[in-house]
Parts: sequence; structure tokens; C-alpha cells
Amino acid sequence: MVHGELWTVKELFVYPNEYIYWSVQIVMYPFMTGLVAGAFVLSSLYHVFAIKELKDIARFALVFSFALLFAAPVPIILHLQHPLRGINVMMTPHFTSAIAAFGIVFSAYGAIVASELWFLYRKHFVDIALPLKEKPDKTLGEWFKFIVFCTLTLGVYDVSEESLHRDEKAIKVLAGIGIPVACFLHGYAGFIFGSVKANALWMTPLMPVIFIMSAIVSGIALCMLTYIVTMEIRKLVAKKKSASLPRHETREELQSAEINVIRMTAKYLLLFLVFAITLELLDLVFRGYTAVKSWDVLRSIIYGKDFTDIFILQYTVGNLIPFILFLLPNLTIRRAVLAVLLVMFGVFMMRWNVVIGGQAFSLSFAGYMHYHLPIIPHDWETLKEGFFGALGVFIMPFVLFYFMIKIFPIFDLKESH
Amino acid sequence: MNRRDFLKNTVKGIAGIALPLAAFEFVNPRELFATKDDNAKVRWGFLVDTYKCVGCGLCVKACKLENEIPYDANVSRTWVERYVITKDGKKYADSPKAARDGFTTGKIDLGEGKFQEIRNEDIEKAFFVPKLCNQCENPPCVQVCPVGATYQAADGVVLVDRTWCIGCGYCIMGCPYGVRFFHPKYLTAEKCNFCYHRISKGLKTACVQACPFGARQIGNLKDPSDPVTKIIMTERVGILKEEYGTKPQVFYVGLDREVK
Repeated sequence: MVHGELWTVKELFVYPNEYIYWSVQIVMYPFMTGLVAGAFVLSSLYHVFAIKELKDIARFALVFSFALLFAAPVPIILHLQHPLRGINVMMTPHFTSAIAAFGIVFSAYGAIVASELWFLYRKHFVDIALPLKEKPDKTLGEWFKFIVFCTLTLGVYDVSEESLHRDEKAIKVLAGIGIPVACFLHGYAGFIFGSVKANALWMTPLMPVIFIMSAIVSGIALCMLTYIVTMEIRKLVAKKKSASLPRHETREELQSAEINVIRMTAKYLLLFLVFAITLELLDLVFRGYTAVKSWDVLRSIIYGKDFTDIFILQYTVGNLIPFILFLLPNLTIRRAVLAVLLVMFGVFMMRWNVVIGGQAFSLSFAGYMHYHLPIIPHDWETLKEGFFGALGVFIMPFVLFYFMIKIFPIFDLKESH
Repeated sequence: MNRRDFLKNTVKGIAGIALPLAAFEFVNPRELFATKDDNAKVRWGFLVDTYKCVGCGLCVKACKLENEIPYDANVSRTWVERYVITKDGKKYADSPKAARDGFTTGKIDLGEGKFQEIRNEDIEKAFFVPKLCNQCENPPCVQVCPVGATYQAADGVVLVDRTWCIGCGYCIMGCPYGVRFFHPKYLTAEKCNFCYHRISKGLKTACVQACPFGARQIGNLKDPSDPVTKIIMTERVGILKEEYGTKPQVFYVGLDREVK
């Protein structure tokens, strides 16, 4: 069977070689890079623009962005027909292609996030490595810990006031450079689609900007969600500990800190959500108004076949409802959780409607293709390019995050930043 | 030498070596020669006379066998489309199995297992249009390949390197004509290459040779005495999807406005 034939159903006149070649993993790819970029921008709002209210979530967002970074290229690799040749993109990049920039942009971005993390956690590494160094009889576990943290210090043990001040400056500069790079990382993911002149739905110069805006929205939403989840866990821990350790943070303290952070972050989420929706609607209105050759088939997709996906699931459930939920006064944690879940769903549907919707009509403009996501896998292809492959990609950053916070603790850190 | 100086000097050294090496790479004479295709004596072009095509599908069959595209796979390097316009203005088009077995029934394939019966007396006009890679002068597939696995030869034919293609599918998305697909066996991008292994030896392409009616012809557009070039220069010919700016090099005699 030809690649794509399994999940494609053709209707009316479709060219013989046309199938839905870009399937759910290509939906996941911009979704995941969007989360990376969004999380980073959120952390930079504090570091660069000194928005103090975001201090608590900023460090958190940076670590999460790093965890997401490793998950971002996975969907592409799962999608490639020759995954082992994926490295060719780095070896022989063909620079007229939007994908060729991936290696460079991605590595540059990874380096920026890694160095920013290092400056942020340098003191923490030293604080752990130094006492272990002096300790005479280390257990095997302590040896391991010592080697890991000793390596992470990169041989720099200077934690004087002056050098920490320099670190802060470095973080500010890196976060400053990071914002355009993060936007570029995701904007170019939008460019990959926006520059395909053969595809009537994708080709618009607005595509990169729309992608960046919705990326920031989804990134902030995910950070808020993960932040709430970790805070709830901490509250449970605090409840248990409060009996034995009276000086530990109380449950109520955590509660009020949490809701403050969430209310503040929600404002930024709303701001970017408004930008994203405005641009998307502008694109839609413009297409309808100019009504070029492809508009007939696009209209039948947008207002017909994909109406539920676009107007019900994306705009109503994913944008309008969370918008109202956030705007209603006295935002509670429970309402915030529901709203951020819907926002993330909305952004996912936006990616879906772009990637799958863009292949829902034939290049002949006289036929349609319907996508049937493989759910129960029965071979390797339906596993990696099916529901479980996509789910695995989505879960991956959370698993990574769990291990990363063992090295980069996100709470209870005594430092100056 | 302390560590700081050592690192400094290392960076300087690497930068110093990299610069002249990079310059050397820039002026690689073979690459320069390859990019200058002005002195190429051949520019392959294709001529399809739609008046002559009867939709027998022998070209598709020959192509599949010649180019080792699995016979029963629902993809093909070339195909034939049937267009039927009825008297009440309805337009139908299909290409069942890429017309590998020709058009054996008057029923139009509507996809999803549905067929439309059209009575002969209801037909206003009907015709066949063979399709193949246009070997564009400005090929979007070459532009979007992230690894340079697909490239344009000096004689204009766009080729795919099966040993280097990563199978991302960007070229398939980039082609406005839908000529590309993944080879079911090699899992790399696949397309018509004018039977490059044949034309470079002076033979005709498999489809040209197989066509009993002379609907397909291949020629050298740089040779003014070539019969294909003569027709393109002197007669009224059309090209497909001009609006994409790809400058296709497959020319059609009798191209109808309904052709998609």
C-alpha cells in the first residue's frame, strides 16, 4: 500500500498520486514547537521586561521549555519515511528550503535555552557540588550526584556577589536574544506552510505571524496548567508536612500565591489570544473578499466540510468559551484549568485545520480528501503516524520535565534572581 | 599558557582555518560549471496532442513497467485524465487507477466507490488529457527539498536521488501538479523523469514509444529543427497552471479551459 492511502478517502476528482501525506505528526510538530516558543516567551517576559508578577512562573516556564525542546523534533522524525537520514538536513542543508533552517535555528535556540538555564542554576549546582566534594566517605548515590553536578558547574565555582550579578546580566541578554529566536523558530514553522504556493489554504504571508501568536497562547496555557498541577501537588505535600514541620509554607500561603500568578498570567494569555484570533479572521475575510480561483473550493471546505472543526471546535470551544471564562471576574483555579485546557485544544485544532484542512481538497480544485486518523495500530506506520504516536509525543515533555526538575528544581530555590 | 589563553587561541585557530576552507568551498569549479547551464546543448521538452489521445492507457502501463513502479500500487509517474462536459453544463473528470487499464466503461469514477453513468446523448464534449511531470524551468519541488536530494539537471530534467531523500514529503506538497508520490518500495520521493535512463541514450521515453497514436512526443527545445520544437514555436500550445510561475516545459495542443 502506498504511504497515505490507508487514511485517505478520495471524493470526486483527485489526481491519482494525491493522498494526505502530512498526517497527525505534522499537526503535532507545529503544536509542540509552538509550546516551546510560547513557554520561552513567557519566561522572558519576566527576565527581559522585568514583569515582577511573572517571577514565579518564569523559571518554571524556562525549564519546561527546555523539556519541550527535546520533544519538538520527535514528530518530524516519526513522520519521515527515512528517519535515519534525518541528519542529512544538518549535513547538506539546502537553504532555499524552509525546512533546511531547522538544524540551525533549532540548535541555536537549544544553545540559548541551555545557557540561560546554566546561568540561572549555576549557584545551585555549586551549592550541591561543593559540600559533596568535601564529604570524605561518599555513598555510590552521592558519588553519582557529585559527578553530575560537578560536571554541570563546568568548573566554575565562583559564586561571589559580583559574579552572580554578572550571571543576571547574562540571563537578561540571553532571554533578550531568545525572544526573536523563539519567534523565528516558530515563525519559520509557519513559513514552511505559508510558502507552499501549491496549497491554496496555506499560502499566505500571515501564516508565520498567526503561528507565532497561537504558539505563545498555547505555550502560556501549558505553563499555567503544569504550574497549577505542581502547585496542587505541593499543597498536598504541605498539608502532610504541616504537622511535623511548623515553619514550612502553609497550604493557604501556597493557595494565594498560586491564584495571583494564574490571574496575572491569564491576562497575557488573553492579550496574545486576541492577536491570534484577529489575524486568523483577517486571513479568512481577506480570502473571501478577494475570492481568487481557489476560493470556491476553499469556501466549500471552510464553511462546509470542515465547519465543525473550524467554527465549532476551534473558534467556539477553543477560543470563545475560554475567552469568556477568563474574562468573568474572580477567576478560580478550577475555572482556569478548564479554560487553559480548552485554549490548548483550540490551538491544537488550529494546527489540525491548517495541516489536515490544507490537504482536504485536491490540487485539481475539483475533489476532496478525507482523513481518517488511525487509532488502533496494526503495524509500525499506523502506530507512529496514528493516535498513539501523537499521544506519545505529547506525553514525552512531561516525562522529561519530571526528570529535569531533579536537576533544575523549580521551587524552594534560594538565589538572587 | 593558561586555560583562558589556550581557549582563545583555539577559537582563533579554528576560525582562521575555517575561513580559507570556506572560501575554497565557494569557488569549487565543478559546482560553478554545474550552475551555469547556459552552455547545455539540450533542453528536454514534451508535447502532448490531446486531440490524438484516446485514453487507451498504454502509456501508463509502459511507464509503470519501465520505471518499476509496483503495478498494482495506486500511484503512477504518468496518468491520463478523462473530462466529460454534459449539455446541462455539468463537468466530470476522473482517472481510475491512473488510467493504467484505459477507460473501459462510460461510468465516471466519483471516488468513495461511487460511479456516475452518463448517457452518450447528454455529452456536450469529452476528451482525454495525459499528464506527467512538467520538468518546470522554475521547479518548486527543487526549491523546497531540505537536503538537496531533488535537483535539476543541466538539460532541465528534475531528478531525485533515492540515496539521499529523507522522505519528508515537502516536495510532494510543493508540486502544484500532483506528479510526486512516495515510491512504495524505496519510500523516497518519486516522479516522472522523462525516462532519463532512456533519453540520455538517445531513446524515446517509454510512454512516447508506447503511444500508438503519437499523442506524446519528446524533443530538444534548444534544437530549432526538432519536430517538437517546431510545433511549439509555430502552433498554438498551452501549458498547465501558468499562474504558479513554475514555467512548465510540457506543452499541450488543444488544451481545454476545463482541464484541471
